[in-house]
Amino acid sequence: MRSDRGSWGRVISGGLIFGAAAVFVSLVGMVEALGVRVIVIGVIDFGRLLLLLIGLGAGYQAARRGGGGVVIALLRGLLAGAATGAGLAALLVLGSEVNLRGMFINASPALFEIISFGRGAAGVPLVVAAGAVVGVLGAAATLLPGTVRGPLGAGVTATIVIGLFQELLQIILQGEEGVRAAIRQLIFVPEGLPPRGALEVFVVVLVASALWRSRRPVVRGWISKRPPRTQRLLRLLGLLLAVAVVLVLPAAGGLFVSQVLVLVGLYTLMGLGLNLEVGFAGLLDLGFVAFFAIGAYTVGLLTSTGQYGVAHWSFWAAVPVALVVSLIAGFLFGLPILRIRGDYLAIATLGFGEIIRLLALSDALRPWFGGSQGILAVPKPNIGGFEFSGPMQIFYITLVSSAFIAFVAARLRDSRLGRAWMAMREDEDVAEAMGINLINVKLLAYGIGGAFAGMGGAIFAALLGSIFPHSFNLLISINVLALIIVGGMGSLPGVVVGSLFLVGLPELLREFSDFRFLVYGAALIIMMQVKPAGLWPAAAVRRELLKEEPVGAVTEGPVAERAEA
Amino acid sequence: MQRSFLQRFSIVGLYLWGFRISVLLIVVWGSFGTFQAGCPSVFTLCAFKSRYSADVWLDLLVYGLSQGSVYALIALGYTMVYGILRMINFAHGDVFMAGAYTAYYLAAAFGRAGFLNRHPLLSLAAVLALAMITAMSIALVLERVAYRPLRRAPRLIPLISAIGASFFIEYAFRGFFGSGFQAYPEWQIFKGEWAIAGVGILRTQAVVIVAAVALMVVLYGFVMRTKTGTAMRAVSEDLEVASLMGIDVDRVIVITFGIGGAAAGAAGVLYALVFKQVHFFMGFFPGIKAFTAAVLGGIGNIPGAMLGGVFLGIFESMGPILILEGLRVPGIYPGGIPAPYQLKDVIAFTMLVMVLIFRPSGILGERLATKKA
Repeated sequence: MRSDRGSWGRVISGGLIFGAAAVFVSLVGMVEALGVRVIVIGVIDFGRLLLLLIGLGAGYQAARRGGGGVVIALLRGLLAGAATGAGLAALLVLGSEVNLRGMFINASPALFEIISFGRGAAGVPLVVAAGAVVGVLGAAATLLPGTVRGPLGAGVTATIVIGLFQELLQIILQGEEGVRAAIRQLIFVPEGLPPRGALEVFVVVLVASALWRSRRPVVRGWISKRPPRTQRLLRLLGLLLAVAVVLVLPAAGGLFVSQVLVLVGLYTLMGLGLNLEVGFAGLLDLGFVAFFAIGAYTVGLLTSTGQYGVAHWSFWAAVPVALVVSLIAGFLFGLPILRIRGDYLAIATLGFGEIIRLLALSDALRPWFGGSQGILAVPKPNIGGFEFSGPMQIFYITLVSSAFIAFVAARLRDSRLGRAWMAMREDEDVAEAMGINLINVKLLAYGIGGAFAGMGGAIFAALLGSIFPHSFNLLISINVLALIIVGGMGSLPGVVVGSLFLVGLPELLREFSDFRFLVYGAALIIMMQVKPAGLWPAAAVRRELLKEEPVGAVTEGPVAERAEA
Repeated sequence: MQRSFLQRFSIVGLYLWGFRISVLLIVVWGSFGTFQAGCPSVFTLCAFKSRYSADVWLDLLVYGLSQGSVYALIALGYTMVYGILRMINFAHGDVFMAGAYTAYYLAAAFGRAGFLNRHPLLSLAAVLALAMITAMSIALVLERVAYRPLRRAPRLIPLISAIGASFFIEYAFRGFFGSGFQAYPEWQIFKGEWAIAGVGILRTQAVVIVAAVALMVVLYGFVMRTKTGTAMRAVSEDLEVASLMGIDVDRVIVITFGIGGAAAGAAGVLYALVFKQVHFFMGFFPGIKAFTAAVLGGIGNIPGAMLGGVFLGIFESMGPILILEGLRVPGIYPGGIPAPYQLKDVIAFTMLVMVLIFRPSGILGERLATKKA
């Protein structure tokens, strides 16, 4: 009996934590700011969706913990959801009694209207009741069998995604007639996604997902029965299709999408470089943006037609120089900090990165680097008369260079050098004892990683046409670090996944970008506890980080011998 | 392992020596140049005299002292946590910001009510107390949420979590309170100067120094004299042996975070007294500099952190004028480096990197760099 009461107490306190989260996202401004983005017209916007998801989460986690029958689980969900609602209701009461706005700038009347369903302080019972209902829904989700929950989840997710990006999709599907226009007119109205369209999307995806669920084994079986040549052909076909989609993306998506894609590409380049240092070699570098800056400044100085340009070279001649300069910078940067390890290394590199930025910004070096005014008039690259004049064209440079650099990184990873890096990451002393020359190996990590970022910086200079030292602040290093960690340290596809999620998404959802670093911070903390290996983990890291792997695997076989040795 | 002569004096060694010598040359050349301000060129020796009077140097010294004592207070938190958990609490600077920022609202309310100038000491104490309590609570939540679950994880993991926590706190405050600067209210009696031993000293700076020193004395007494303090030192010496001796390690860690947080919160208010404004990003650079101070003094070493903080503060305030302004390079900088104050942080960061490279054990630290660092 007592343990029962204890578990009910846990349900309520769990619900209150979710309630605190709801209050937090409200006061921090997310609910109101994201409320601008309507998902389904007249039904829900992004801000309300956030609160809804928190309520669902409260019910879900309350029902998942502890046994009991269906009724008990639903009751837990109800209680947790009501506690979440109570948190928001408390904010409502407080907000109507005291003027919170003097302190919390986001505690605006608009926010309270969203929370209270437009009823002000009278909405308190309604908020708690709504929380309870949502909590029950969340709890119900745990009770559904997988065959129902899967397609249902897919349908809801698809509807939300299509609603969130309706503006973009409408641009892609523009035109007066043809298939694209037909699809557009079927789902959207000019203002967005109407309830009817949402329902259509939901049903179509639901059915498709259910069908796929039941047919998947058949299709897989059919493929696996084909001769290997056909299988390879199919895989190649899939790959070609993906490449084709990527190639037409800028043309289909327009200027804005191209700009986002170029940014994703630049961050992928930097991510590949930092991944080499942190993921492969285990050298945490918080000053990584310095290499990006060095690449950009090299190209800027060599090609600029403005005041600070020294050579008026073409972009293509300047890029190799930028690569070499950032490679050398990597060596010079790495040399003094060879003996520093672990946390100290992170701080030392942070110091270096800041020194570079402050020097570029200072009046002392202004005659050469333009100080805070930066370098202007960096010409666009061109080949035989074709000018890469904007993001839509520069995207292809980014694409080719990231593909090339990803290839180089993959080959490096599987080379002798790559294995040396990983050995060093595991244990520097042991690696040295095994005959690895730590000095060379570390310097190569800094140099090659720096060169990758330098490539990104070179393209960045051409993209913007001007270079300002303010662009190279610490936040970029943190951004890159966050994306390789979310993607998976040491994993190459993880870098792309990470930059799509952490760079592409916030850029596409412009209202969201104010909260970018807030979400990054939370993502880093949560990832480290839940999924330290990242979304797309590298095989080796997966082995290393998941220490609580099945005990049986350790007591037998070659792994155990290694562990004992 | 016997290495040949050539291996020992490798390129790396040469490079490091070059690094040392060039920094030394810059310091010597620059200070020399500063005290020869009246001469037509650096190469002609004339009266050993700087452009600035003794009063200016004294002002800089006091400013450095007050700045340094704030760094020292923040550094205490770094050094105690590092001593016990061997991890850099990257979010410590933001705990400092959180204390100052929250207390700002109390100070502003006092200012509007007129309480600030009616009972200056009482109101300062209340503002300090609120800052300390807020900062302490945030530090405790941080420990519970971001660090405790990761205590047995590989070393990089808690550091990344700490970086995440740092940005989370900063941007949460930005979302709550806005991205602008908030002007800290001023206490009337702390305006102007006090004449101490015939020398005029800015009152705020005197208050900051006195308050910081008092807090440090209390903290030092706590760590050295009380039973809990002894337990803290024991855990920092050897966590496992201490737990075998019956010390509740979890409790000690929580107390350490709490004390470090409280010190940082107080430091936040003192910092705001000097700079008269708060901002959501204000904790970042003082945090890094306080870490520098902690390393400078020998990490894990409490008197070392205090010494390191004061040393760094003075160096930072005097460095630009002492070294950079006199750095006259014929042909390029005939009149010394322009706008040397822009490079104040470069001096601090260079010092950080130099200490990490050449003496990671710090001034007072033992040689445990490879074991602990």
